[in-house]
Amino acid sequence: MSVFKRRAAQDDRPTAGHVPPAVPAAHGNEVVLELQDLVMHFGAVRAVDGVSLQIRRGKVTALVGESGSGKSTVGRCIVRLVEPTGGQVLLNGADVTHLSRAQMREHRRDVSIVFQDPAGSLDPRMLVGDVVAEPLQLQGGRRSRQERAERVTEGLQRVGLRPEVARRYPHELSGGQRQRVSIARALMSEPKILVADEPTSALDVSVQASVLNLLADLQRDIGFACLFITHDLSAVEYLADDIAVMYLGQLVEQGTREEIFARPRHPYTQALLAAAPVADPARQRERRPVLLGDDLPSAMDPPSGCRFHTRCPLAVAQCVEEVPALRKSGGAVAACHFVHEDGSAPDIRAGHATSAVTPAATTGSPA
Amino acid sequence: MTTTAQAPSRVDAPPVLEVRDLSVTFQTETGSVSAVDHVNLSLAPGEIVGIVGESGCGKSVTSMSLAGLLPRSARIDGSVRLQGQELVGAKPSALRAARGRDIAYIFQEPMSSLNPVLTVGRQVAEVLQVHERLSRKEVQERTVELLELVGIPSPRERVKHYPHQLSGGMRQRVMIAMAVACSPKVLVADEPTTALDVTVQAGILDVLRGLRDRFGTSILIITHDLGVIADIADRVVVMYAGRVVEQAGLHELFERPQHHYTAGLLSASPTPGRHAGTHRLQEIPGLVPVLSRQPDACTFAERCPAASERCSSKAPPLEPIGVGSGPLQAHEHLTACWHPRGDQPPQSPEAGR
Repeated sequence: MSVFKRRAAQDDRPTAGHVPPAVPAAHGNEVVLELQDLVMHFGAVRAVDGVSLQIRRGKVTALVGESGSGKSTVGRCIVRLVEPTGGQVLLNGADVTHLSRAQMREHRRDVSIVFQDPAGSLDPRMLVGDVVAEPLQLQGGRRSRQERAERVTEGLQRVGLRPEVARRYPHELSGGQRQRVSIARALMSEPKILVADEPTSALDVSVQASVLNLLADLQRDIGFACLFITHDLSAVEYLADDIAVMYLGQLVEQGTREEIFARPRHPYTQALLAAAPVADPARQRERRPVLLGDDLPSAMDPPSGCRFHTRCPLAVAQCVEEVPALRKSGGAVAACHFVHEDGSAPDIRAGHATSAVTPAATTGSPA
Repeated sequence: MTTTAQAPSRVDAPPVLEVRDLSVTFQTETGSVSAVDHVNLSLAPGEIVGIVGESGCGKSVTSMSLAGLLPRSARIDGSVRLQGQELVGAKPSALRAARGRDIAYIFQEPMSSLNPVLTVGRQVAEVLQVHERLSRKEVQERTVELLELVGIPSPRERVKHYPHQLSGGMRQRVMIAMAVACSPKVLVADEPTTALDVTVQAGILDVLRGLRDRFGTSILIITHDLGVIADIADRVVVMYAGRVVEQAGLHELFERPQHHYTAGLLSASPTPGRHAGTHRLQEIPGLVPVLSRQPDACTFAERCPAASERCSSKAPPLEPIGVGSGPLQAHEHLTACWHPRGDQPPQSPEAGR
């Protein structure tokens, strides 16, 4: 499968261009979308600064990070809501980084997006039926009214909404229903990839659960690949197949869900996992989160060396000077000077870098 | 596990804040909306009580009604006593004096609560100037101390900064500094970490815990996040559609939720480790109702897996469940349910679909 032309690593850019695939070839999964050294700068702001990532066909990849990490910008580059400054986006091996307007119509069929705030992403003056039907126009061909109505009904039922909803306006619906409409619309063109950008962050807990379940069901039934962008690691544990963690415009760790949750290697991933509170007082009070300090450094002037060194309790001189490359470690890849190929990794809670966790027993994870 | 050491709250001392039969109704163009219905709760000195529920459950309205922060279209009945002083129906001047000095608030979005054209030092100092008789120099000194107290590095430099120069977490710390400037007895924190990243959230919760430990500040924290509750609360009040449906000590609530709404919320919250391999979260079907008046029925009945006829014909009172009740009244486990869950494990599948 992997016959993509890889670009040589640029010397001035900190990430390595040649990144070993995080997911072992043994999984035998095809890659549907590949980012190669993706760069997106907005003026002086280096929102995405060399991200290489593979998304497997029919699998859910979670892209996790704090606000300002560049995770949403990666999603917007994939859907081509913004044109990347550098690097490549390959869909089924074809370069879609710099398509013309006409070519974009094709591309938009294959790649859909669901945004965080359904109230802001649905046109308040359009009937739900028209909102859902709009992507059909991209597909070209003439359809009778009846055909169109049938497709809309089908689309709405698929996301658990009654067909009558088609004649309502978005403001008449609840937040959860609106997000279902967004999902119905996004799936209308039978996309190969769905980018879900914090789709449940604006929703209440019980509604969040039903939307997450819906996404999981649809993904399994239809089999599209999904890039699930979120700041909430706990939301993806039961949904994601692969997890990629971003920090300040770069990828710091990537691996299968089992690997990341069982053996987070990068100190930042460890801090993220430790910081998310658990809805279980007995367990929560035992955990003492690692306090990183509040300030995410500016993306206009990212720190030298490892970008996490300003907040990392384990940082040493080497971290300030040298950019760590993403390197393979057991079943994951991580960009940290203290992560080694034998799977040994630093432990942020131990407070110093020498205590490596027990090397990962490379188990064939049940994916 | 049920009797894990309680935090240093003096539950036997008289409560600093006592809310009795609080009801709030809004008059709108399209009729009235009952947002809060006969809520009772109390806060002991040094206690951290969490109010949890989804949007529309009345938790924020409850908190804002305490110190008269609601618009005039709100009708408030019942009683709110802060250190014995009645606040419902109190004169605006009395409320103004109480706010900041005895009871203080922090809100979800620090950027919109701070004035963008004033330095943060000036904004913290203003609170001191209003409530305390201090010289200019003392105010300056105290401002720096306060910023230091809430964990802002190099506070002497930071006082000169404007809100936009600070990160979200730092802004929320400034808000906390302003709130605790006059050492209030009660701090009301309404979703204080919802707009923040998890790594920053942990730090803010640490600051709140520190205030309680060092100064004995009682904290009422309003959140939809059971993880935050598990992290910081001593006691939990669960609200649904304007009513308190359950109230219990932290561990008791998580281990033996009695109301089916509480159990539903618990199983709908993603918790690391629990969902591995299941590929599903429990759902609570339906939506929180908007009520023009409170019916004489359980408002959760139509979403409840255990609902019977009785539930829709008579409102269940908030009563002790008989187990887990000790000599300390404040720690009784109360629930408003005709069919409490008893000893069912917290995540029994019955609570979902």
